[in-house]
Amino acid sequence: MDNDQDEVFTTRGLTRLYRMGEVTIRALQGVDLALYRGELAVMLGASGSGKSTLLNILGGLDSPSDGEVHYRDRAGQDHDLTRATQRQLTRFRRHHVGFVFQFYNLISSLTARENVAIVTDISRDPMPPEAALALVGLAERLDHFPSQLSGGEQQRVAIARAVAKQPDVLLCDEPTGALDFRTGIRVLEVLEQVNRETGTTVAIITHNEVIGEMADRIIRLRDGRVDEIHANARRRPPGELRW
Amino acid sequence: MLTLDRKLHRDLWRLKGQALAIAVVIAGGVMTLILAVTTLEALTGSRDRFYASHHFAEVFADAKRAPAGLMPRLQAIEGVKRIEPRVRAAVRLAVPGFDDPVRGLLVSIPDGRQPTLNRLKLLAGALPEAGRDDQVVVSDAFAEAHDLAPGDPLEAIIDGRQTRLRLSGIALSPEHLYQAAPSDLMPDYRRYAVLWMNERALANAYDMEGAFNSLSLTLQAGARREDVIDALDLALARYGGTGAQTRHDQQSHRFLEEELAQQRLMATVLPAIFLSVSAFLLNVVMGRIIQTQREQLAVLKAFGYHDVELARHYALLAGAIVLAGWVLGVTLGAWAASGMASLYREYFRFPEMVFRVPAWALALSLGVVLLAALTGTWQAVWRAVSRPPAEAMRPPAPARFRKSWLERALPAALLGHEGRIILRNLARHPARAGLSVAGIALSCGLLMVGAYQLDAVEAMLDQQYRNVLRMDVELTFVDATPARAVGELRHQPGVMAVEPWRRVPATLVHGHREVRTSLLGLEPMPQLRQLLDAEGHARRLPEAGLTLTRHLAGELDARIGDTLEVAIMEGRRRRVRLPLVALVDEPLGTGAYLRRERLNALMGEGPAISGAWLLVDPGRMDELNAALWAMPGVAAIGLLADAERGIRDYLDETLLMVALIFVTVAGSIAFGVVYNDARIAFAERARELATLQVLGYTRAEVSRILLGEIALLTLVAIPLGWAIGIAFARLLNQAFSSDLYRIPLVFTPQAFGIAAGGVLGASLLVGLLVVRRLGRLDRIRVLKAVE
Repeated sequence: MDNDQDEVFTTRGLTRLYRMGEVTIRALQGVDLALYRGELAVMLGASGSGKSTLLNILGGLDSPSDGEVHYRDRAGQDHDLTRATQRQLTRFRRHHVGFVFQFYNLISSLTARENVAIVTDISRDPMPPEAALALVGLAERLDHFPSQLSGGEQQRVAIARAVAKQPDVLLCDEPTGALDFRTGIRVLEVLEQVNRETGTTVAIITHNEVIGEMADRIIRLRDGRVDEIHANARRRPPGELRW
Repeated sequence: MLTLDRKLHRDLWRLKGQALAIAVVIAGGVMTLILAVTTLEALTGSRDRFYASHHFAEVFADAKRAPAGLMPRLQAIEGVKRIEPRVRAAVRLAVPGFDDPVRGLLVSIPDGRQPTLNRLKLLAGALPEAGRDDQVVVSDAFAEAHDLAPGDPLEAIIDGRQTRLRLSGIALSPEHLYQAAPSDLMPDYRRYAVLWMNERALANAYDMEGAFNSLSLTLQAGARREDVIDALDLALARYGGTGAQTRHDQQSHRFLEEELAQQRLMATVLPAIFLSVSAFLLNVVMGRIIQTQREQLAVLKAFGYHDVELARHYALLAGAIVLAGWVLGVTLGAWAASGMASLYREYFRFPEMVFRVPAWALALSLGVVLLAALTGTWQAVWRAVSRPPAEAMRPPAPARFRKSWLERALPAALLGHEGRIILRNLARHPARAGLSVAGIALSCGLLMVGAYQLDAVEAMLDQQYRNVLRMDVELTFVDATPARAVGELRHQPGVMAVEPWRRVPATLVHGHREVRTSLLGLEPMPQLRQLLDAEGHARRLPEAGLTLTRHLAGELDARIGDTLEVAIMEGRRRRVRLPLVALVDEPLGTGAYLRRERLNALMGEGPAISGAWLLVDPGRMDELNAALWAMPGVAAIGLLADAERGIRDYLDETLLMVALIFVTVAGSIAFGVVYNDARIAFAERARELATLQVLGYTRAEVSRILLGEIALLTLVAIPLGWAIGIAFARLLNQAFSSDLYRIPLVFTPQAFGIAAGGVLGASLLVGLLVVRRLGRLDRIRVLKAVE
C-alpha cells in the first residue's frame, strides 16, 4: 500500500452534538483521523459509538458542531468541508462520493436501471447504468422494481448506484446490516471487487467484528472517539469470512 | 433530468387518487370563477352589442301631449345628437284562446320604416306597411308565449274602443330587453306585450295627431347629461312632462343593470370565497404530500441533487396536478356557463348570446391555484432540504408525546387503546390537526352557503307573497279616478274586499343622494298590502310623513327624523319636504309610503285613486275577469298568483341553479379534502398500523384508529363549519342586497343538516376507501423497509 502520504480525508477535533427530543447526544467528541486513497477501511463500533455520524460528516451529509474536516480530490485540491456551504456540499456529494445505506434507500417508483440512472444523470463521467448493474451481478434484473427484488439484490442495486458515477470514495453505512449471512458476503465481495478493480477508496462502517478482517485498516470507535487503529497484515477475501 | 422526470410520471400515477381529489378541489374553485365571469361577460357583451347595433337611446322623456312643432327647439338643445318623438300608450289585449287579462304597451314607429333610435330587430315578418292602421309588430317573447306568427289576429282595447289588430312581424327592441309590465318585478310574457304600430294610426287612435307624448335621444360626445335633461324638462314642463330620465332609470335597462350588478357580485364574492378556500386547501395538501416524500428527498439530496433541481421536480408534480384541476375547472365552468347563459336568454331577450371565456379569468384562476400549490410545495420542499440530508434520512426523532388534557379528563377505560392512540396522535401534531379541521370546516361552510341560498330565497318569497302582498288582483286605472270607484268594484262578481291606492312618480332627494321611485298612498292600516316592521308584524301608517323601506332609506342615507325633499313628477310637479317617520322591512322593491289622503292633499286633488287591490273568491275568478275586461277605465289587471309564479320560476331557474352548482362543488371539495387528509394520515401511520396488526390487532380494530381520527376531526369541524357558513352567508347577504330584492338572513335546520351531512357523507365514503386500502397493506414490507 503506497498510502503513506495521500490522505483523502483528514479530520481534527471533530465534534457533533444532537438534540434528540429532549436530550442532547454527544455523537462525536473530538475525532482525529485520516483515510488514505485507495484503501479499504472498516470502522467498527457498537451502536451509539458515533460511526454513522462520522461517515455522514465525511460524506457531506451532515456538518460538525466543532472541529475540522478536509477532503483532497484526485487532482490534489483540498476541500474544506467544515466551512462549505450547502451548495458546495451538494457539489461535493454529486461528484466525489458514493453512498450505500443500510436500508438501501431505493426509490420505489423507479426500476433497478432507473435507480442507477438517477445518479448517473447528474454525474460527470459515469459508467452506463447497465455496466454498473452487471458489476454487481444484476445484469438480468435491469427492469425490476425494488418491490420485485430481494433484500440482497436491492442492496446490490444501491451499490451499483453508488459506484456508477465512479466516485473517489465509497461510504457504506452497515451495508450488510439488513441482510442474511450469505447475501451479506455477496455484497461485501462486490465492495471488495470495486475497491480492488477501480481503486476507489472504500469506508465501511459496521458493528460486525468479522468484517474488519477484509480491511486494510480497522478503525475502532467508542463513545464518539477513535479508540484504536489497527492495520491488517493481509486482507482476507470476503468469501473466507464466517459469522 | 430524464430519470427524475420518469420518477415524476410514476409518482403522479401512484398518487392518482389523491391527485384526482386535489384536482377536484382546484376545479371547484376555478369553476365558480369561470362560471360567474363567463356568464357576466356573455350578458354584458351581448347587451352592449345589441345596444350599439340598434341605436339604443340615452335619454328618455314622457309628456302628456307635446306639439310636433316643439321638435326643432328640442333638437337645438346643446348636446343632443339625435332625437325622435313618438306616441306611447297603455293597451289591454285579448289573445284568442287565452282567458287571462293581458296588458300591453303600444309604441309608435315612423310609418312603414324603422325608427332612428331604438331600432327593431325583426325576427319574423315585416314592419307595418305604410298607411295601414291595423298592423302591429309584437315583442318576440309574447309571440313565443302564445305561439303567434305574422298574420295572426289580436283583440285590443285602444282608448276604450275594441279594435282588431293583425301581426305583421315579430321583433326585439333594445328598449325592451327585459319585458316586465311597469309595476311588475318579473316579466310575464303571457300577460304583457310590447307592440309597435305606425305613428299615424296610433296618433289617430289616441288623438295625438301633430303631437307626441314620448321621446328619446342620444347625446353628442362630451355632452353634459344633466344640462340636456334640465333643458328638456324646461321645454316639456308645460306639456305635462314627467321628467326626462337617463338609461339608468329606464325600466328595461335598469332591471338588466340590477341583474348584471348581481352577476358582478356573484363573479366576485362567490369565486373569491371558493377560490381562496380551494387555494388554502391546495396549499395544505400539497405541503403534506411533499412531507410524506421526506426520505426520498433526502436520498436524492445525498446523491448530490441541488435544492433547485429538487424544488423543480416537486413544482412539476404540483404543477401537473394543478393543471389537471384547472383544465377540469375551466371545462366545467364553461359548460355550466353556457347552460346559465341560455337560461338567462329566457329573461333577457338578446338576439344572440356572445359566449367567450375571458382570458383574464383564465390567467387569474391559473395564477391563483398555481401560486397556492407552489407555495405549499415550496414550503414543504424547503423544510425537507434545509436540514442536512443525514438528519432528514434518519427516522424522525421520537416525537414528544404527552397525555393531553382531554385524555386526562376522560376515564382510562372509556378511551381504550385506540382512543388513546387517536388522541395522542392529534395532540402530537396540533397544527396539522388544526389544518385538517380548518379544511373540513371550510368545505362544510361552503356547503352551508349553498344550502342557505336555497332557504333564504324561499323565505324571502314567502315573506313577500304571504305577508306583504295579500291581494289576489291588482287593478290599475288609465288615469287617476275618483275614490267612489271602490264602491263599484265591491259589487263585481267574486270580489270579497277592495283596497284603493294612489301611486305618483316622484324623486326623493336627501343631501346629494337622489332616488327615482314612486309614492304609494295607502289606507291607514293597509290589509291587502301590509307594511311590516323588523319583527314582521303589520304596522299602521303614521298620521303624517313618509315611511320608507329600510333599503331605500339606506340608499338615501336617511334616518328617522330626517327631512326629505320630494319632487313629484305628475300633475303640477310640486317639490315638497316631508319628514321620514318610519321604516318598514320588505324583501322586494324600494317603496315609499304615506297615507292616501295626504298624497291627495300634496297633489292638490280630491280623493283620487290610481288603482285598487282585490281579494277574490277563487271560484269566480273567470267571471270577474270578464267583468273587468268590460270596464274601459281599467288599464291593467294583474294577477298576484301569476306574478308570484313568475318570480319563483325565475329564481328557481337561476339562483337555485347556481346554489345547486355550489352545493355540488362544495361537496366535491369536502370529499377532496377529507380524502387527502385520510390518505396522508394513512401514509404517515402505515408503519404504526402494520405494527399493530402484526401484534395481533384485527383489521377492524386498526381501522377504528384511522376512522376514529377522521370521525373526530369531522365532528369537531362541523360546528366550526356552521359558524364559517353563517359568516359567509352574512357576507353574501350584504353583498347581494339590491333594489330588486334583499335576501333575508335565515338558517333552517335543513341548511345545518345539508352542511353537516355533506362532510359526514364525504368522510364516510373516504373511510370506506381507506379501510379497503388497509386490507391491501403489506405488513411485512412496511415494517422491514424504510422507503
